[in-house]
Amino acid sequence: MSFTETKAGKFEGWNRPPVIETSDDGELLEVSMGPHHPSTHGVFRMDVALDGERVVKLKPVFGYLHRNHEQIGQTASYLQMMPYTDRLDYFCSLTNNWAYALAVEKLAGQAVPERAEYIRVILAELTRIQNHAAAVGFLAQDLGASGTPLMYAFREREKILDLFESLTGSRMMCNYMRFGGCRVDVSEAWLNAARKVVAGVPRFVDELEALLSSNEILLARCQGMGVLKPDLAVNAGVTGPMLRATGVNYDLRKVDHYGIYDRFQFRVPLGEHGDVYDRYMVRILEIHESVKILEQALKEIPAGPIMDPKAKLRGFKPKPGEAYGRIEAPKGELGFYLISDGGTSPYRYRIRPPSLVNLTILEDMCLGHNVADVVVIFGSVDIVLGEVDR
Amino acid sequence: MLGEGLLKGLAETAKNFAGSFVSKERLITVQYPEERHPLPEASRNFPFLVYDGADWEAGLRCVACQICEKECPPKCIYIEKSKDKKPDYVGKMQIYPARFDIDISVCMSCQICVEVCPFEAIKMDTEFELATDDRFGGLLQDRKQLAKSNEYYHAIHPTEASEVDARLAEEKAKVEEKARAAAAAAAAKAAAPAAPAAPAATPSPAAPKEGEGSQPQ
Repeated sequence: MSFTETKAGKFEGWNRPPVIETSDDGELLEVSMGPHHPSTHGVFRMDVALDGERVVKLKPVFGYLHRNHEQIGQTASYLQMMPYTDRLDYFCSLTNNWAYALAVEKLAGQAVPERAEYIRVILAELTRIQNHAAAVGFLAQDLGASGTPLMYAFREREKILDLFESLTGSRMMCNYMRFGGCRVDVSEAWLNAARKVVAGVPRFVDELEALLSSNEILLARCQGMGVLKPDLAVNAGVTGPMLRATGVNYDLRKVDHYGIYDRFQFRVPLGEHGDVYDRYMVRILEIHESVKILEQALKEIPAGPIMDPKAKLRGFKPKPGEAYGRIEAPKGELGFYLISDGGTSPYRYRIRPPSLVNLTILEDMCLGHNVADVVVIFGSVDIVLGEVDR
Repeated sequence: MLGEGLLKGLAETAKNFAGSFVSKERLITVQYPEERHPLPEASRNFPFLVYDGADWEAGLRCVACQICEKECPPKCIYIEKSKDKKPDYVGKMQIYPARFDIDISVCMSCQICVEVCPFEAIKMDTEFELATDDRFGGLLQDRKQLAKSNEYYHAIHPTEASEVDARLAEEKAKVEEKARAAAAAAAAKAAAPAAPAAPAATPSPAAPKEGEGSQPQ
């Protein structure tokens, strides 16, 4: 049996010839949606077989943005991979940094100072707010609300990106965290600016809710759309707001106790139906919870060092071993699996990207819906192709 | 009532629209390039080489140790060492880069070169209007294009540059102090030949050795 053959039959590859099947009413129409289409959030293609307007088959095709990230990880040094992690999910570079730093710290057994942990929590929650705001805006864009909700979301996101830029030097490619701490210290002026931005977030979310939450068009197109059952979500490994919208209470911040999340009071919003509207609502509610965490963290942040004094920048060689660091990124569980053989670069560098795993159940959610709804269901998954293809 | 949610949303957009006439806070876009937002001090774009004094070639702080070339993740820095030597800021003879090119079409602005440089020689610029119609030569900057004065560095990152200057001045003072002590010891030795030999004047331990760049990491 060659590797292309499985028990289920011969694997024909992603680019198999179009399958022409017939239904009672006539032939199926095979449509290739993407890769260059605004609704696909990047370069992503769906082979959709249509019976009239109804979807009877959907095959996601990835790989258009593949850039050998994991292979580079096995030839570059540990430090050199840090700026590359920014480019995985380029909306949330700081949570990517954190997940990678966490994996390497586990591998090398480094401790992170108190103040650095607080800075990480603050930056991760700011990242979550701006990601969810943008995700909701893009979902509205996919629904046909061209511009307004997205621009309101981006206006708010820009304030957070300004905070990132004044601290890390870059709006999106932050490259901020280091193994055993953070690169630069936050000033009191920055913390005050962050407090001001955080204080303005609830007003923005209320505005967004007034604009969208009870809008009849949004309700008609989102409620009962793309329903995901909890057991399928768990079996497929779906995480993040997608999983919580189905009603499964699983948030790594509560489950895994990484960082210092145990110290903060916050709740995990859960959905009930697992449809597009629940995913939208879970994201809105998560912004509120992030604001709660931020208020506590910004109040309690202690003074002190931000780097482990034993950490070194060059010539970093962890002992042989393996480590898996995972965090609750805005899109789900982001994990880095590293094996060290004692050299300057990892022997194996593997990423568990939430976007890719959440995308695998796309067909199950789309079957039976109209082709215009595929765009909405796909938009509600909230993916970034940089992370799907790596 | 059907349509209530729609009207509620429309009221929100109307509020924003009307508000943009009276509230400065709601006008968030600027008309680039006539108007610009000021860049934050930490802002970074592409690296440049710092020089002291008036002559860029004589004042380059870079000693061609090639650490940045090695640590650069996308490998966009190309360095060739010089055959001869020139004095650095403390007066010690050092190798200098005969060639120092950065391909900014490859550079990803991660500033790891700045972090690993032990000589404060390479820093991040804030210049971002670098569009050119020559995609090879126009984006490969040589050491003359990369060399920017310390005054320029002070102008774009004042806090950071002052810290760097203080650190360099401290190192220089330490080296001078040591040289003075060594000279005094030598004089004392000359005055009293029977006294035990004074330690030879050694360069400051803070100034790294020339061969450091060739060490395996």
